[in-house]
Amino acid sequence: MSTTTSDLYETTVGLEIHVELSTASKMFCGCGVAFAGEPNTRTCPVCLGMPGSLPVVNERAVEYTMKIALALNCQIVEHSLFHRKNYFYPDMPKNYQISQYDYPLGSSGVLEIAGGFGTTRVGITRVHLEEDTGKSQHIGGSGRIADSDYSLEDFNRAGTPLVEIVSEPDIHSADEARVFVTDLRALIETLGVSDVRMEEGSMRVDANVSVRLKGAAGYGTKVEVKNMNSIRSVGRALEFEEKRQREALMAGDELLQETRHFDEKTGATSSLRTKEFAFDYRYFPEPDLVPFEPSPEWVEAVRSSLPELPVARRERFVRDYGLGEADVALLTTSRATADWFEAAARAYGGDAKKVVNWIIADLFGLLNEAGIELPQSKIAPEQLAGLVKLVDGATISGKQAKSVLVEMFASGKDADAVAREKGLEQITDSSAIESVVDEVIGENQEAADKVRAGNLGTIGFLVGQVMKKSRGQANPKLVNELLRSKLEG
Amino acid sequence: MVDTWTPAAELGHAMASGDASAEEITTAFIERGQAVEEGIHAYLAPTFERAVDEARAADDRRTRGEALSAVDGIPLAFKDVFVTKGVPSTSGSRILDGWVPPYDATVVARCSEAGLPMLGKLDMDEFAMGSSGENSGFGGARNPWDAERVPGGSSSGPAALVAAGGAPWAWGTDTGGSVRQPAALCGIVGVKPTYGLVSRYGMIAFASSLDQASPFARTVEDAAMLLQLACGHDPMDSTSIPDEVPDFLDGIDAGIEGMRIGVVKEFQGEGAQPGVRTRVDEAYKRLEKLGAKIEEISLPSFEYGISAYYLIAPAEASANLARYDGVRYGYRAPADDIVTMTSHTREDGFGDEVKRRIMLGTYALSAGYYDAYYGKALRVRSLIIRDLEKAYEKVDLIACPTSPTTAFKVGERTADPLAMYLSDIYTVPVNLAGNAGISVPCGLSPDDGLPVGLQLIAKALDERTMFRAAHAFERDFGWISSAEGRPPL
Repeated sequence: MSTTTSDLYETTVGLEIHVELSTASKMFCGCGVAFAGEPNTRTCPVCLGMPGSLPVVNERAVEYTMKIALALNCQIVEHSLFHRKNYFYPDMPKNYQISQYDYPLGSSGVLEIAGGFGTTRVGITRVHLEEDTGKSQHIGGSGRIADSDYSLEDFNRAGTPLVEIVSEPDIHSADEARVFVTDLRALIETLGVSDVRMEEGSMRVDANVSVRLKGAAGYGTKVEVKNMNSIRSVGRALEFEEKRQREALMAGDELLQETRHFDEKTGATSSLRTKEFAFDYRYFPEPDLVPFEPSPEWVEAVRSSLPELPVARRERFVRDYGLGEADVALLTTSRATADWFEAAARAYGGDAKKVVNWIIADLFGLLNEAGIELPQSKIAPEQLAGLVKLVDGATISGKQAKSVLVEMFASGKDADAVAREKGLEQITDSSAIESVVDEVIGENQEAADKVRAGNLGTIGFLVGQVMKKSRGQANPKLVNELLRSKLEG
Repeated sequence: MVDTWTPAAELGHAMASGDASAEEITTAFIERGQAVEEGIHAYLAPTFERAVDEARAADDRRTRGEALSAVDGIPLAFKDVFVTKGVPSTSGSRILDGWVPPYDATVVARCSEAGLPMLGKLDMDEFAMGSSGENSGFGGARNPWDAERVPGGSSSGPAALVAAGGAPWAWGTDTGGSVRQPAALCGIVGVKPTYGLVSRYGMIAFASSLDQASPFARTVEDAAMLLQLACGHDPMDSTSIPDEVPDFLDGIDAGIEGMRIGVVKEFQGEGAQPGVRTRVDEAYKRLEKLGAKIEEISLPSFEYGISAYYLIAPAEASANLARYDGVRYGYRAPADDIVTMTSHTREDGFGDEVKRRIMLGTYALSAGYYDAYYGKALRVRSLIIRDLEKAYEKVDLIACPTSPTTAFKVGERTADPLAMYLSDIYTVPVNLAGNAGISVPCGLSPDDGLPVGLQLIAKALDERTMFRAAHAFERDFGWISSAEGRPPL
C-alpha cells in the first residue's frame, strides 16, 4: 500500500464507554458493590427482579455521575428521568434495563487530548446513568452462549451503577483513541468514583469505526467493535479495523454495518452480528421512579467539590516543575502515578527533573518488567528521593545508583542501606583516604617527584593507584584533591 | 358463636370488652370460608393454621394489655398479587406456580404489625388482567349471589370471600377498577385510594402507574380502617406519597349537608343497564335528601379512558411481565436452549388474556408506533386529569355507577374481550387520573336481583370527603346490615 493511496482515506471513531461506579451500594437497592465474590451472595429481591420488587434511586450514584459529567465540561440536565430499555437476556433480571434515554444527566461536553497527533478536542455527546447486568458463564462449547451445554448466572454485579459516556465521532486514529481512553480513565480515577479497571470490567470500551474518502460528505459504513479489555487492546483493535476497512475500500469491496468482536490472541476482529439483528428497545419512561431535577445548588456544590483534574495538574507540572510535555504525559497517566511523583519531588526538594529522570528512565522499566503500577511497588517516593540525594552527595556514582535502585525495587530497603550492604559507598571521609594517599606517595616516589616538578599528567597514575588500593571505594574527586594538596605544596 | 356478618369495627369492640376472643373470631371466619368455598372458589392458598396461631398470639397480647391495634386479632385475606414470605404467591398465573417469596409486601407487613391474622391467599384474574375472575390460571372464583355468575375482577377471590362472610375484609388491587367493579358485583364496599397512598412494594406489578392496593370490606368504616393500617410513605416505593396521612375515621359521621356532588353527563345515557340506572338514580336522590347538592358536570375526555387505558396498561405490563422467563423462579419449560426455554415457558405459563395484552403493549411501544399509540394515550391521560381538575372547581365529589351491568354469567364475555373491557368504563378514568374512588352498594337491580354499586370519586388525597359521603349514604340506606344485603349462599 503506497502512502499516497492510504492518504486518500480518513478514519472516524466514536467511543462508548461504560464505567461501574464504586458506590457503597447498588443503583436501586441496598446490596453492596464489589468485584467477584461467591456467586449470588450480593443479591436481594430488587436486584434479582423478583415479582413485586421496586427500584429506589441511589442518590450517591447520581452525584458520582454528575461529577463525571462536570469534569467532562457537560451541561447538567434540568429535568431528568429514567427509562426502561427492553430486551431479553438471561443475565438481566427484569429483562429490561433501567437506563436513561432522551434526558441524560450530562450532555454537550468536551475532553481535550494531546499527543503525537497534536491537540484534539473530543466532544462528549452524553453522560448517563443506568444499571449493570449480571454475568453469564457459558459452560461447554466455545464459551459463547450459542453452542454451550448450559449457562450459569451470577447476579452479584446486577444493579451496580453504570455510567455510559458517549463521545462524538471526533477521533481519527487508533492512537487518538488510546490517548482518549487513557485520559478519560485518569480523569475518572482522579474523581474517585470508579476503580476504572478495564481487565476487571469496571471500565468497558466499545468503538464505532468507519473509514471514508477524505472530503466525502457522509461517514463510511459504521462498524461497532466490542471486547477490548485493555487500553492496548483498544489500540490494536482499532489499528486492525482501520486497516481492514481501508483495504476493503481500496479493493472496491462493500463494508457491512455490523458488530465485530476483538480477539486478544489473534489481534483481529470478527463479525458478531449484522444490522439485520438491530434491536427495538421500546424505551418508555420507568413508571416505578419519579422524574428528578438536580437543583442548581446541588450542581454547584458538586462542581466545587471536584478535585484538581488531570488537565489542570498537567499545566501545573509544566509550570511549577519546568517539565516537558512528554514527561508530564507519562507522569499523569494515572492519578496515583502523579501523586507518587509529587511526593518524591517534595521529599527531594531540589530540581524535580532529576526525580523525573529516575522515574521515567529507570523505575518505569522495572515496573514494566514486574507488570505492576507505581503505587504497588515496594519503593516509596521518599526512598527514591533518598537515592537521588546519595548521588548528589557523591556517596555513590550514578552508575552504582542504578544497581542500588534495582535492589531497592526488589526489597523495599532505603538507598543508603542497600549501598552499605553492597559495599558501594564511596569513602568520602578525607582522613581515611589520606592514609592511603600517603602510602601510595611513599611507594611511588618517582611519580610523586614528577608531579612535584609540575608534570600534572602523572597525577592520574597516582589516583589510579589509590583507587586500586581502596578497591574503588574512594571518591576519585577527593583523591585528586588530596594528591594535589600534598604534592603541589 | 361469632356472627361473621359483624363488621370488623364491632368485632374489635367485642374483643376489647372480652365478649369474643381473636381465636373465636378467626375460627368463625375460617369455618364460614370452608363452608362456602365449594360455591365460590375464593382461596388459592389458605393459611388457616397460621391464622389460628396468630389469633392466639393476639389474644395473649390483649391479655397482657399489649394489643397492637384496636383490630389486633381480626383476620384478613389477600389477593394473591401480594407477595407473602414463605407462602406461595402466584398472581393467579401458572408461570409463578410453586414460587415461594422470600419477603413480605409492605401492605402484608403493616397488617401483620397491626396484629391481623392471615387467612390465606385468594384467587384473581391472572396478573390482575380481567374483569370477571375467569382469567385465573387456577380455576376462577364465583359470585356468592349466583354461582353461575362471575364475581367481577380482577380481585375476584377477595370480593367473593368478603361478600360471602368468609372474611371481614381483604386486600385487593385496583388498576382499572379491579376492586370497585367486583365490590359492586358482589354487593360490598371497595376502595381505590389515591395513587401513591399505599406502597406498591411487594405487589406483583401489572401496570405500575395505575396499580394501587385497595381494600374490600362490608362497611365503609371497615374499609377506611383497613386502608388506614397500611397506607403512608414507604421508602421502598419511590412513587409512594411522603405526606402525612389524615385519620380517615375522624369526622366520618359528619354528614354531607351542603356537599356538592357532580353527576357525569356523559355517563347518563344508554351505557348502563336499566336496573343499574334505576338504583343509581335512587342513590343520587338519597344523597340529595341527605343534604348534598347534585349537579350535572361534563367530563368529555372520559369516553377515551378505555382506549387510553388499553394502551398504557398493556405497555407497562409488557415490560413488567418480561421477567417471567424461567431463568430465576417459577415455572420453567423443558428445552435444550435458552431461546426455546424462554418462549415455551411463556407460551405454557401465560394465559390468553395475558398474552394478548403483552402483544398489545409491545406493539404500542414499538419504534414508529410509540407516538401514535403510547404517546397519544399519555396525552389523553393528561386531558382526563385536566377535566377532573376543572370539575373539582365546581363539586366536592363525582357520582356515577361503578359498573354498567350487574354480575354477568360465567363464559358470557370470554369470547369478546372488548365487551369485557367495557366493564371498566366508569372506573378506568379514576386510575388514569390517580384519584380516589369508592364503590358502595346501592341495592339489588330490579332486572335480575343482583347487587348494584354506586361509585363516588374524590380529588386526589381527599379520601376523607369520600368516606364521609359513602358512610352517610350507607347508614341512611341500611342495606348492608339488613338481611337483603347478604347473599343467599
